[in-house]
Amino acid sequence: MRSVPPARRGDRAFRLLAAGSAGTVLLLMAGLFVALGAGAWPAVRRFGVGFVVSNTWNPVTERFGALSSIYGTLVSTLLALLIAVPLSVIIALFLVELAHPTVARVVGGAIELLAAVPSIIFGMWGLFVFAPYMADHVQPALSKTLGFLPLFTGPPLGIGMLSAGVILALMILPFVTAVMRDVFRMVPAVVKEAAYGMGSTTWEVTRGVTVRYGAAGMIGAVFLGLGRAVGETMAVTFVIGNDHAVSASLFAAGNSIASTLANEFTEAAEPLYRSCLVYLGLVLLVLTVAIQAAAQLWLRRILRRMGRSG
Amino acid sequence: MTEAAPERPKLSVRGLDFYYGEHQALFDNTIDIAPAKVTAVIGPSGCGKSTHIRVFNRIFELYRDQRATGQVLLDGQDILAPAFDLIELRRRVGMIFQKPTPFPMSVFENLAYGIRLHYRPTRSELHGRVEAALKAAALWDEVKDQMQRPGTALSGGQQQRLCIARAIAVEPDVLLMDEPTSAIDPVATARIEDLVVSLKERYTIVIVTHNMQQAARISDFTAFFYQGRIIELGTTEQVFTAPRERRTEDYITGRFG
Ligand SMILES: Nc1ncnc2c1ncn2[C@@H]1O[C@H](COP(=O)(O)OP(=O)(O)OP(=O)(O)O)[C@@H](O)[C@H]1O
Ligand SMILES: [Mg+2]
Repeated sequence: MRSVPPARRGDRAFRLLAAGSAGTVLLLMAGLFVALGAGAWPAVRRFGVGFVVSNTWNPVTERFGALSSIYGTLVSTLLALLIAVPLSVIIALFLVELAHPTVARVVGGAIELLAAVPSIIFGMWGLFVFAPYMADHVQPALSKTLGFLPLFTGPPLGIGMLSAGVILALMILPFVTAVMRDVFRMVPAVVKEAAYGMGSTTWEVTRGVTVRYGAAGMIGAVFLGLGRAVGETMAVTFVIGNDHAVSASLFAAGNSIASTLANEFTEAAEPLYRSCLVYLGLVLLVLTVAIQAAAQLWLRRILRRMGRSG
Repeated sequence: MTEAAPERPKLSVRGLDFYYGEHQALFDNTIDIAPAKVTAVIGPSGCGKSTHIRVFNRIFELYRDQRATGQVLLDGQDILAPAFDLIELRRRVGMIFQKPTPFPMSVFENLAYGIRLHYRPTRSELHGRVEAALKAAALWDEVKDQMQRPGTALSGGQQQRLCIARAIAVEPDVLLMDEPTSAIDPVATARIEDLVVSLKERYTIVIVTHNMQQAARISDFTAFFYQGRIIELGTTEQVFTAPRERRTEDYITGRFG
């Protein structure tokens, strides 16, 4: 019989363990889809794909449609991106191009800390501090100036789609900024030197070279923010108003897939009601996994390509 | 040294010291660079060649801890004086790096970039200048049908000539080249060497190189640097055949470096 030396046996055991752990992740992922699919099955059979375009949500009559939840998810996410992306581009450019190294380190550290704040803290702050402020100051000002747009009509309640979007924006800001910063850092110093060497100002180098160089990576950063915003639950549940309504006004209360789930699971006694919530969860899972996968693939490709040419 | 540059020098360096933070990299350097000639800068790794030419367009100022003191006169004016227009300096003194540095844009835009920075060309002027610069850089025939392709899609040698074209498109006086062929294959290198020789009629060229044959082939003057000091400057012929300094001879004959 062939004897295996102990060191190699250890190696082999470790490899098995590692492979097993990695396999578990895949199994977990598959199991998640299977379990959600099974749980959602009654609802899928009952409402089919029409579920995602119907806007009734009536547990009493057992008529369910996911439209307002999906709509709220998309609108709050879009708002968050509209606010967070330009800000994060500016912050990242500041950190990479302009800030004194010490300032960049301190601000960079603060941004990473911000990323570590639990979302429930954002939710509580949003409900008790931010929403009242919106109601008293921001929303009245918006109605006065931009009130002719349907977006900014209705009573200024504070709580609603707009507040959810802003809170979400604050939450994804650190992640998006961190990735943007890394993207801008990847621009080879010598290419920037060449641009400065042509007689460009800092602004001209930033706009003409750094941003162009980073364009693809920036899109990846946006995807990452998108992925986080779509699934965010606690903070949104606190400030979105939780109403199954599709409204043109951003002041109005709405809901998102995640907030609906958080709010209603405890109340859902009927099997079909429960199954519909699981169906909603499945929609969310598919949405986030697709966005994350696209973001990861895209970012990896870009960073690899930039690494090679740099 | 003066016999090496009989005309009024294009660049004249007087008592140049250079510091990376606390670390001094250049010591009291004095050198004249002849106009419309190729001056090669040679010397062992780390002797300060790059540092020296990076003073000529003040690119070192991008980094907070780098400092140059002394005088560097371009056509008699001190470029290190704070009053000297930095943007204009960088138009007049172009730089080519070891690795090609095409900008992330099309071939045409790479050329147009600098022209638009410094001039207000009409459309046809812009196209004319782009074409002229590409022709001067011996690249026109190869790229005239691919002006919209990304500059990064060209071969390494073409990219380097693109960078040279980009530099001459803004009508500089001086071209600084820091080992411009060290990342490029021999055939492409030969083309760039020919190009350098053809460009010296119109431009003053300072080229750093580790390649002794290259220095001997294309330069009119050669400066030998050693440990942050200029040991010797003379015509290339004199430096290579009858070096005045022992260390120059040792370096050229490959005894160290
Ligand atoms: N960014 C920097 N920070 C600190 N010291 C530096 C920096 N760049 C260069 N030096 C130092 O300055 C000296 C001169 O460097 P320089 O790059 O000018 O040499 P070089 O002659 O161009 O060398 P090579 O032939 O390897 O390119 C070296 O001692 C080097 O270590
Ligand atoms: Mg060097």
